[in-house]
Amino acid sequence: MKKITFLLLSFVFIQFATAQKVYSTKAGQLVFDATGEAVKIVAVNNQVDSKFVETTGQIIFGVLIKSFRFENQLMEDHFNENYMESTKYPKADFKGYITNIKEVAFAKDGSYPIQVDGVLTLHGVSNKISVKGILSIQNGVPNIKGDFKIPIKQYAIKGSYIGDKIAETATVKLNCKY
Amino acid sequence: MKLHKSIHILFVLLFTKTISAQEVDLFAIKDEKVEDITTAAFKSSRVINGQSIENVGVGVLDFKILHRFGNINQGAYNLFGLDQASMRMGLDYGVNKRMMVGVGRSTFEKQFDGFVKYKIIQQQTGLREIPLSLSLASTIIYKSLKDDPAAAYLSYTSDKISFAHQLIMARKFNDYFTLQFTPTLVHYNLIANSTLPNDFKSLGISFRQRVSKRVNLTGEYFYRIDKLNGYNDPLTLGLDIETGGHVFQLHVTNATGMTERTFINETAGSWSNGDIRFGFNITRAFTLKKPKVLKNID
Repeated sequence: MKKITFLLLSFVFIQFATAQKVYSTKAGQLVFDATGEAVKIVAVNNQVDSKFVETTGQIIFGVLIKSFRFENQLMEDHFNENYMESTKYPKADFKGYITNIKEVAFAKDGSYPIQVDGVLTLHGVSNKISVKGILSIQNGVPNIKGDFKIPIKQYAIKGSYIGDKIAETATVKLNCKY
Repeated sequence: MKLHKSIHILFVLLFTKTISAQEVDLFAIKDEKVEDITTAAFKSSRVINGQSIENVGVGVLDFKILHRFGNINQGAYNLFGLDQASMRMGLDYGVNKRMMVGVGRSTFEKQFDGFVKYKIIQQQTGLREIPLSLSLASTIIYKSLKDDPAAAYLSYTSDKISFAHQLIMARKFNDYFTLQFTPTLVHYNLIANSTLPNDFKSLGISFRQRVSKRVNLTGEYFYRIDKLNGYNDPLTLGLDIETGGHVFQLHVTNATGMTERTFINETAGSWSNGDIRFGFNITRAFTLKKPKVLKNID
């Protein structure tokens, strides 16, 4: 009997010691804005897939290009077909680390500035990016917010309207509740 | 007993090792399969004259002007047909993801028409593999042109109504090419003479071939299975030119009318005689209802 208890206890202990808590969401929000000179070019994606590991700070984001919603259907079609070529490159993703994850106390409510470094892959092109954001904890639920800029041409996205009707640098706002 | 304990400890140690070796690596996670609906098989909700597999966007009101000039073979006196015009003005609206409705008024026979188009099956990849899209379109056409008061038979209102039912089957093979088949049934409530049937079957074949990012070549042909004498199969070739806000469709055709009944079954012109005409469709889209997801953004 004692042996069994001991064995059970050790299992439990091992679980506690090594389990890596992974936070995840499939309903993060990303707002994309590439408004150029006149026409408003804004899209929303409410199906951002993201996961991060509490201990290591490893973090990933993934979005389907086709799930961006524009106000105008034609604009959405152009975005997919002419610029993002979503048939060829259906997904955009980010893989990186929250470099200062150790500063975040997950047990209590609070708000922490975070630094995220990693690789953004978009339109088949990967670039290293470094983004500042805010990780807030409320009732044990982390929420990551941040915005960053995407220089469109760095991702081999071409089109004569870029830099004119379409901004050269798109702004992306991210909001993920895990 | 002592030995047992040490075995336990060894066991525990071993176990710890294996577990901690299984560190979570998010980068190694494979992508899940997600639903990927094929979009933009055609650039407009009309291939040229006929319905395409596409609907206008949800909450979008599309104002369409379909314009056809006169026959080119009339020569320079009529400026190759440009002196004459036939047109259809229409409003299309995307009710939901699957359904669109539209109304129109043509100068030809002063026709009024209304239609409903419904997506039954959508081509998609990912979670499910569906190789083609299927839609149903039903049109009602009312000829409001007044009868000659001296005519032997004065028609009832119902006599002036005809219907067209179409099953639209399309496959977008890639970003460059789409092929569509459109089996069509046109029903006339009243037909000129009793030896003729009231129902006319036909098969439409349409395509879109991308030429450049903003220019697509389109074509549309209807093979009439049941024929009205003295008319020809309609054949239309066009270019879809996309500008930022809308699609401009330019084409040459032997069809005059722009409602299903008219252009499929009552195309008098023949390509071999040079009875072809220039035409264009212009559209202007107004977003009446913003997508819900966009409402909470600034």
